[in-house]
Amino acid sequence: MSCVVEMKNITKQFPGVLANDNVNFSLKKGEIHVLLGENGAGKTTLMNMLYGLYQPTSGDIYIKGKQVHVKDPNVAIQHGIGMVHQHFMLVPPFTIAENIILGNEITKYNGFQLDMKKATEEVKKISEAFGLEVELSVKVRDISVGLQQRVEILKALYRGADILILDEPTAVLTPQEIEELGKIIRNLANEGKSIILITHKLKEIMAMSDRVTVIRRGKIINVIDTKDTTTEELAEMMVGRKVSFHTEKKEIEPGEIILSVKNLKVKDNRHLDAVKDATFNVHASEVLAIAGVDGNGQKELVEAITGLRKVESGQLTISGKDITHASAKEIINCGVAHIPEDRQKRGLVLPHDLAENMILGYHYKEPFSKNGIMNYQKIHEHAKTLIEEYDIRTPDENVTAESLSGGNQQKVIVAREFYKDPRLLVAAQPTRGLDVGAIEFVHNKIIESRDKGQAVLLVSLELDEVLDLADRIAVIYDGKIVEILDAKEATEKRLGFLMAGGTNNQANRDEEVREDENE
Amino acid sequence: MKTNRLKSNLLNLWGALRFPLLAIIVGFIIGAFLILLAGKDPGVAYLALFQGSLGGMDKLGETFFKMTPILLTGLSFSIAFRTGLFNIGGEGQFLMGAITAVAIGWFGQGLPHLPLIILMILGAFLAGGLWASIAGVLKAKIGIHEVITSIMLNYTALYLVNYIVRAVLNPSVLSGTKAEAHTVALPLVARLTKFKDIFPIFGRSSAHTGILIAVGIAIIMYFVLFKTTLGYELRSGGLNPDAAEYGGIPKARNILTAMALSGAIAGIAGAINVMGITYYVAQSPATPGYGFEGIAVGLVGGLHPIGIIASSFLFGILSNGARRMQLAGIPKEVITIIQGIIIVFIASQYIIKIIYDFREKRNMKKQELLSVEKRQVE
Repeated sequence: MSCVVEMKNITKQFPGVLANDNVNFSLKKGEIHVLLGENGAGKTTLMNMLYGLYQPTSGDIYIKGKQVHVKDPNVAIQHGIGMVHQHFMLVPPFTIAENIILGNEITKYNGFQLDMKKATEEVKKISEAFGLEVELSVKVRDISVGLQQRVEILKALYRGADILILDEPTAVLTPQEIEELGKIIRNLANEGKSIILITHKLKEIMAMSDRVTVIRRGKIINVIDTKDTTTEELAEMMVGRKVSFHTEKKEIEPGEIILSVKNLKVKDNRHLDAVKDATFNVHASEVLAIAGVDGNGQKELVEAITGLRKVESGQLTISGKDITHASAKEIINCGVAHIPEDRQKRGLVLPHDLAENMILGYHYKEPFSKNGIMNYQKIHEHAKTLIEEYDIRTPDENVTAESLSGGNQQKVIVAREFYKDPRLLVAAQPTRGLDVGAIEFVHNKIIESRDKGQAVLLVSLELDEVLDLADRIAVIYDGKIVEILDAKEATEKRLGFLMAGGTNNQANRDEEVREDENE
Repeated sequence: MKTNRLKSNLLNLWGALRFPLLAIIVGFIIGAFLILLAGKDPGVAYLALFQGSLGGMDKLGETFFKMTPILLTGLSFSIAFRTGLFNIGGEGQFLMGAITAVAIGWFGQGLPHLPLIILMILGAFLAGGLWASIAGVLKAKIGIHEVITSIMLNYTALYLVNYIVRAVLNPSVLSGTKAEAHTVALPLVARLTKFKDIFPIFGRSSAHTGILIAVGIAIIMYFVLFKTTLGYELRSGGLNPDAAEYGGIPKARNILTAMALSGAIAGIAGAINVMGITYYVAQSPATPGYGFEGIAVGLVGGLHPIGIIASSFLFGILSNGARRMQLAGIPKEVITIIQGIIIVFIASQYIIKIIYDFREKRNMKKQELLSVEKRQVE
């Protein structure tokens, strides 16, 4: 089989960082090829050079056998390369059809009017040919994330792409949408398109790809056929050491109730009910996980518990103390640590240095502050200790938080929050965007916290994470806790069913019937 | 470790001052071209400018005098800006501080000098702070943008002060003399000491002890911003209000504090101006302009209290030296143009940043080429 893309001896030097070091990469016609690597391994850099967003420091790029100087994305598009970015570039008030033709419009009267009819037909032809069914007249702001991604793919195809680069395509999708995406790209490959997936998620690779190129610290570690390898082997190649996917945890009897949530009601930013009725307890030495599809009230629930959002009705207590209407500071003082869902918006002051970030939330307490005066010597010592202890990759504590990679930023937050030695840890999506090595680290820390007798409320969209860490699992759907299961009895299938809005009645009917008979 | 931190502090300072310095240099270069266009010698012009503002203690004193109010209004603008607020109401707060100082100075003239001065400054501090707090409360509680309210409050303050000048603090009311278009003059006991009265070397310059108060306030502000918990909270809230809220720092409290402090410092500027030079507040059709100039001074000083001492000194040099330039036959409007260029450049820092990044990239490329060549040689 011929190679449609060949990148030979590519080196890319950024100030102070060698992002790609003599990299060779090839893509065969009609294959699905995964570029696998940790955060900051250099995989996106490599693809940005193929798409013309960066220029290689040295090395050559061949597209369909011809050497090409990809000086900008227009050159890439001319050569049939299309890229679907992690963050979609769509215009929400435009229809799907309008979005697809944007920048490549079909016009009549010498460009005076859009020929929407003809354009729609063109788009329809393509979408039917590749089995990418979409309702073309619907506005983009009204469709799901999965569909938006489909629109992005169609946009690339409409521009004549036969080489597609998808950057972290599964990051924003639900499990069902991921499965759907798998089918779509397989279909595209069968039609002769060649596809590159950039990802650090191992599970999806095994299901979707033909071949994998593993990149670590800018160097190619291995190129291997997917069928000849295993998840464990790939993880080891990616991280450079053995990685455990399962967090060891011992049986512990849960202690007294730490967090109690009773009939909680919370509104979202649009003043609509987001949390409609939530009741649950989290005990000491217990991990309670909230499982659910994104946007079912998790964010508002967490913000209400941590004092960042007003509670409409219901009650919140921590160790018996009422915190329903307490401020964020009072709640922190009750012994609550919070790893927020959005680390850059909530968790860090990006232009502050690490030392100042590592005291946020207890900056006013001794020894960091006394009588309103900060003790910067103590603050820097504190930061140094945490950097050492949590293996945060940074030159020192004086660099700004924004200069760190996403994984290391998350470590800064994790370190800061665990330092509080909390009574209750609220961890919202604690491993979002992290690679396997960092995920393993955060998971171990969470279990360590539970084993110490702390209560953990874990909110996660990743079912694997929920099943691996939780002692009990509360499923949230449409702002309501629909069911609380013992983690030992939960299966991915049953959780998926509940998360999608199925009631447990059906599943339980047999048991209920049996109980009735006993009575 | 100590040296490391010192190094990083110096680097931070350099990072903050790099663009302002470049802007100043560019401003002077373009100014030189304009002087050439007018058929004059830029060398002569700039010599006159700097000699007129720095050449001798009396000239330096006059520069100090010019920089005093804008140093304070620059600080006032910056503390709000660092907290994420655009306080454009420095004018109104300045006036409120000035009129309060006159009132306290007149009615408290039985007091000894030092306690009276302190009382006047405290009064102006409160008056400016309260005036700005109107905008602060509206922003924190109802979310009305502070730019709108603080501009409106400038006019409110102007007409309120004009009314007080005519109907409350007018000599016709207080001393029963003829009606004037200004307030009663401050009694001697309520005036700041002139440098020349202590050190004759300052000659005929108008420098007064207000400059010492202003520099003192800059140092206090530096300490508050960078060494205290309050400063940490204000800076955090300015850079990322969501993260600050998460860290237990309420958004509303930050807005109220920053706005009040900003107004208070502008109020002191007004008080010191009246106590140091004008001695009364005159009825006026427009606001005095020190508040607006403070915005430029704050931005050129990199919003850093120590940087603002430097930038207000520069603005003092420019406005003081301008007269000397005019005596040397060069239109003093050149100075206004230089100031304008500096401000435009600071405001469009992005352009300079782009140039800077481009140069860095080019240097990188050079290094890359060098290393490639080296490799080939090897």
